[in-house]
Amino acid sequence: MTRVFISADAASLALGSRRIHALVLQEASRRGVEVDIVTTGSRGLFWLEPLVEVETPEGRIAYGPLEPTDISGLFDAGFLDGPPHPLRLGHIEEQPYLAKQTRLTFARCGIVDPLSLDDYRAHGGYAGLQGALLLAPQVIVDEVRLSGLRGRGGAGFPTGIKWDTVLNVEADQKYIVCNADEGDSGTFADRLLMEGDPFTLIEGMTIAGLAVGATKGFIYIRSEYLHAYRTVNRAIEIATAGGYLGSSICGSGRAFTLETRLGAGAYICGEETSLLESLEGKRGMVRAKPPLPALRGLFGKPTVVNNVLSLASVPWILAHGGKAYAEFGMGRSRGTLPVQLAGNVKRGGIIELAFGTTLREIIEEFGGGTATGRPFRAVQVGGPLGAYLPASMLDLPLDYEALASAKGLLGHGGIVVFDDSVDLSQQARFAFEFCAAESCGKCTPCRVGAVRGVEVMDRIIAGIEPEKNFEVLEDLCTLMTDASLCAMGGLTPVPVMSALTHFPEDFDKLPRLSVVAE
Amino acid sequence: MPRSTSWDGTRASEIIAAQASLDGAALPILHVLQDEFGYIADEALPLVADALNLSRAEIHGIITFYHDFRQEPAGQHVLKLCRAEACQSMGGNKVAEAFLALLGIGWGETTPDGCLTVEGVYCLGLCACAPAALYDGEPLGRLGSDALVGLVQEVRGL
Ligand SMILES: Cc1cc2nc3c(=O)[nH]c(=O)nc-3n(C[C@H](O)[C@H](O)[C@H](O)COP(=O)(O)O)c2cc1C
Ligand code: SF4
Ligand code: FES
Repeated sequence: MTRVFISADAASLALGSRRIHALVLQEASRRGVEVDIVTTGSRGLFWLEPLVEVETPEGRIAYGPLEPTDISGLFDAGFLDGPPHPLRLGHIEEQPYLAKQTRLTFARCGIVDPLSLDDYRAHGGYAGLQGALLLAPQVIVDEVRLSGLRGRGGAGFPTGIKWDTVLNVEADQKYIVCNADEGDSGTFADRLLMEGDPFTLIEGMTIAGLAVGATKGFIYIRSEYLHAYRTVNRAIEIATAGGYLGSSICGSGRAFTLETRLGAGAYICGEETSLLESLEGKRGMVRAKPPLPALRGLFGKPTVVNNVLSLASVPWILAHGGKAYAEFGMGRSRGTLPVQLAGNVKRGGIIELAFGTTLREIIEEFGGGTATGRPFRAVQVGGPLGAYLPASMLDLPLDYEALASAKGLLGHGGIVVFDDSVDLSQQARFAFEFCAAESCGKCTPCRVGAVRGVEVMDRIIAGIEPEKNFEVLEDLCTLMTDASLCAMGGLTPVPVMSALTHFPEDFDKLPRLSVVAE
Repeated sequence: MPRSTSWDGTRASEIIAAQASLDGAALPILHVLQDEFGYIADEALPLVADALNLSRAEIHGIITFYHDFRQEPAGQHVLKLCRAEACQSMGGNKVAEAFLALLGIGWGETTPDGCLTVEGVYCLGLCACAPAALYDGEPLGRLGSDALVGLVQEVRGL
């Protein structure tokens, strides 16, 4: 029976892949041909979704983006043999967008059946865990340290050092917590991975458990990601039934179990201490640090909190060695970064590359410019707490230090493109509005500062006493930066001040004197 | 899914008991209560408080901290429209405002006929097909005004 692959990730569903799935089945049965549809995650080339691939003797042949009205014609052309057709893309791996990538973490995403252990193993899955089971905990930690892996959740803290702390503290119980709260606008890599290749995350967490001596893990998934939540839950059941989770992982006598928890619509719960409070069943109020979660985390026990992508990078590192991973990248940013290109761009999607690629390559070469066809004006890098940058700064490389020295941040790797219709004063106002809506309320600079920020921006936008209000704005930003308890309040000034610095013309709202003709 | 059913104390107690032994059971309990009844009724508070050994005030504090939990029933259908940056970059604000004006409601409100509740959310992870939304939990992408108007007509059986 011919196999046909269709993505059911949330973005593909949003673009109509379920309808395409149903129509392929319907059309096949009408014609009396048999097809076996394999539901996959997405390859992450969203302008081509809904995408279908058909398995032929020459490999998988892709067609897309498909409209419901295309299906019958596709079958007329002899779909199951991979025939010529205006929407035929050929081997998807040969699309420059994919061919130019270095897919380590996303190697299997969009290719395998996300819930098939056979598929997972056939594509290199569980090689890392098999290796780790033979190693002493300190050796696993050292391998991760050698890889140079830094946390992909935003703060960029070295994962190996965090694990080392947890390994070397005595406790009757330790935990691995996966941060799958992915709240940054413009980011979706965690979601894509959980929907398209959940065993990679499960394997990474299991290795983390072995490394630090934790027997229990939790995955905290935001409630907006119900599809990912269901897939991960199914994958945990399957991995448990397959002996990869439970009281004796792969018969080793060592235990590791996993549970999932659903968030409840609070951006701040992505901050690790707020997340731990939420996991404990409380309001997500940020905790003061120290103590670090590594020493006193979930229920007061030593806890590794890592982002989905950090944990999902670990199986590759254990399978190929920390040194091989560290060979990718630049400076102190080692390995690959799954860039998420979104917003007003022609070809949005996931672009996994070694650190060091410039914003220009991402936006122009991969992205193909704006979706609207209007001139590019600004890009926000690193989510809602990241900087707005102008065209003149597109040669910045994607690297933690390079972004920081440009007074921005890399965050979770989200890149949101804006055309020339954007008004950066409105974006600055939104940064405060967002902070006011999502602040946990624990400290005054953030709780009150964000509300004040909206008011000041409203006055600036209305052209009221600009001199005075710019001064208030700068003071407010300094206060929030210096005195906020966590990075929510502490980094909200980043989008605000970058907008003001790079796009001052948008903040100048005084009516222009009409130019008198000579 | 958002349709609300009337309060049933016995059913609520069963639901709570099934989750109560989880570590950090409060959110799991509140989620299943809301899934079952469409919202978290006042009657549920003492039951949840008892099961978790917390005060009612504490449970109330938890419910109000999280945007997801509602204390009143929503409309028959719920549309969660993304208001975050990537969706803004594709004109999401304009589409949303026009849509709300057409319905004659504001963010978080329900149409007078009880058909549709529209809520603003910040990012759905659908940023590469913006503007995006969830309609009764199903993802929608590249939303234009036409799509939303079509949705309302469908909801109202027009
Ligand atoms: C306001 C705020 C929101 C955050 N949201 C997330 C998030 O959604 N996902 C995430 O992994 N980290 C998030 N972080 C970073 C976490 O606090 C923490 O650094 C991270 O989970 C550690 O994992 P890593 O070292 O693997 O990145 C957020 C931080 C702040 C201040
Ligand atoms: S900065 Fe904001 S989010 Fe962070 S602790 Fe203070 S009030 Fe809470
Ligand atoms: S910003 Fe709207 S879906 Fe991410």
